[in-house]
Amino acid sequence: MRSRTSTRAASGEAHVVTPGASIRDSRNRRRLYSVDNPKKSVTLTVMTGLSALYCLLPLVWLVINATKSQADFVSSFGLAPGHKFALWDNIVEVFRYQNGIFTRWLLNTVLYVVVGAAVSTFLAALGGYALAKLHFSGKRVLLFVILGSIAVPGIALAIPQFLLFAHLGLTNTPWAVLIPSFINPFGLYLMWVFTAEAVPTDLLDAAKVDGAGEFRTFVQIALPMLAPASVTVLLFSFVSIWNNYFLPLIMLKDPNWYPLTIGLNQWNKLGSTAGNGALIQNLVITAALLTIIPLIVAFLSLQRYWQSGLSLGAVKG
Amino acid sequence: MGHAGRLDVTAVMSPDTTQHQAPAKRRGKQIGLAFIAPFGLLFILVYIVPIVYAGYLSLFQEKLIGGNTFSGLANYTKLFQDAQFWHGVSRVFWFTLVQVPIMLLLAMALALALDSRRLHGAKFMRVSIFLPYAVPAVVSTLMWGFMLGVKYGLFGSLNNTLGTDLNPFAPGTTLISIGMMVTWAFTGFNMLIFYAVLKAVPRELYEAAALDGANEFQVVRRIKLPALRSSLVIAIIFSIIGTFQIFSEPQILPSMVANSGITTDYTPNLYAYNLAFAGSQQGYAAALALVMAAITIAVAYAVQIRGLRNAFED
Repeated sequence: MRSRTSTRAASGEAHVVTPGASIRDSRNRRRLYSVDNPKKSVTLTVMTGLSALYCLLPLVWLVINATKSQADFVSSFGLAPGHKFALWDNIVEVFRYQNGIFTRWLLNTVLYVVVGAAVSTFLAALGGYALAKLHFSGKRVLLFVILGSIAVPGIALAIPQFLLFAHLGLTNTPWAVLIPSFINPFGLYLMWVFTAEAVPTDLLDAAKVDGAGEFRTFVQIALPMLAPASVTVLLFSFVSIWNNYFLPLIMLKDPNWYPLTIGLNQWNKLGSTAGNGALIQNLVITAALLTIIPLIVAFLSLQRYWQSGLSLGAVKG
Repeated sequence: MGHAGRLDVTAVMSPDTTQHQAPAKRRGKQIGLAFIAPFGLLFILVYIVPIVYAGYLSLFQEKLIGGNTFSGLANYTKLFQDAQFWHGVSRVFWFTLVQVPIMLLLAMALALALDSRRLHGAKFMRVSIFLPYAVPAVVSTLMWGFMLGVKYGLFGSLNNTLGTDLNPFAPGTTLISIGMMVTWAFTGFNMLIFYAVLKAVPRELYEAAALDGANEFQVVRRIKLPALRSSLVIAIIFSIIGTFQIFSEPQILPSMVANSGITTDYTPNLYAYNLAFAGSQQGYAAALALVMAAITIAVAYAVQIRGLRNAFED
């Protein structure tokens, strides 16, 4: 545990710990000097590192295998590079396969994600603001119903949604995927908590005294203050829509409306059909890598925002 | 939005508004409803109406003769005697009982490790462990399916080298492999929630504890774990909801690995999906979806109703 120390902790210790001090005493004093910057622990680092390895290994595997040709994928060891670096060939082939339908799936996904996440975040902000700052009757009932709905399993809901949408003739259209994604009860909850916390009522009242209407007050005063929560809700809506599998699976039959997740699985099924199936595992793997890159980039680049938003949700929740 | 429009909303939405209320307050009332209306109406369309409609459909059965006929609660009585359904339920129940504690204990341990400030490269660790959350279940299943598979994957190589016959997707081990995938995907998310809660603990508490001679384990036990309690309750509830509806992994795996032991009724959701789409027994599938939702909510609430209530009282 103590084999390595950071320089600051080490120098603090050198001043404090005298040869004659009892163990208990030295422990107290070191803590006193290093509560905010304790010694680094190799054991703890190694143990956490193992978990990080568990989390990164499949992604590393994916990256390595996206660089292999189909022949290399079948023949070479999973974590070793192939004979030929075929990443670019694979990417070109992914976009060409089946008349370039991957592009179509990508654009569909972007459509579902951009429209779905933007609308759901705006509706959540609007509703959360109303719950936190405006008075209206039936609020408690509404809160209870919406919070209760967070506990309704999404998939148990999707089958009734499919049955209803089939009845309304909406299945097999983009609306079947878009409309359910507009409602994000947890996003509403987060916006409500955040508005209550971060938007001072006095400021809203001042704006209204100055003659701003309710809607203008919301857009010009409250909305800018809700930016961290909005980015959080936006990002998590983005992820849940981008990753959604069950809803588009049941709602869509026409491959031209598929999002990436469904298309990817269709290719995977093609590749695994016994006997006469096409051997396109290299394309499935490369397409999978292309599918996750935008999400990983979004998460990494927006870290500052969503971590603060998440903290607030966690601390209040 | 014009002023006249707002007045209309009051007239329709709050007929009980009394005359002697201050104008500002009355305006507040109608406007609040106008702000919540888009969410509320869509919520009704996406949550309430489908559930009611599913309830209605669940009262009908598809018969070979006579087509779709009213059958009362026959679907429900059939469901309660359906061994396939209950096998699926008990499978996800046992899965939840094992996977959720492992995942949350791991997530808590990692959050405590990050919060101890004793790690080298803490930021890198935090981000790496969280990353799987951004990976769709489809991609995660493909990766793990290929990687653990004996045909192309690491276990194939391992078996060739050592002459063993290990198969992570044999009927007896498939569920464990699925548990590994789910744990992989969600540990980081829970870890970040716990970490956020720990970061909110005032540092003065730790200084005071140190002055009192508390060691690290006492600090964890007396300060950090109690701080995590309420977020743990919520994490348990959401994890239960998540594992009860497990679907993507068992739906995709059979196309990747042969003889995995995954049947069409492996989990309740897979069963409902196959009933509705392969078997076209929509009324029965609707009944199953509703019963499953009821069971999930009941279990989640039984675990701890207080979590949500606290949030509500806030």
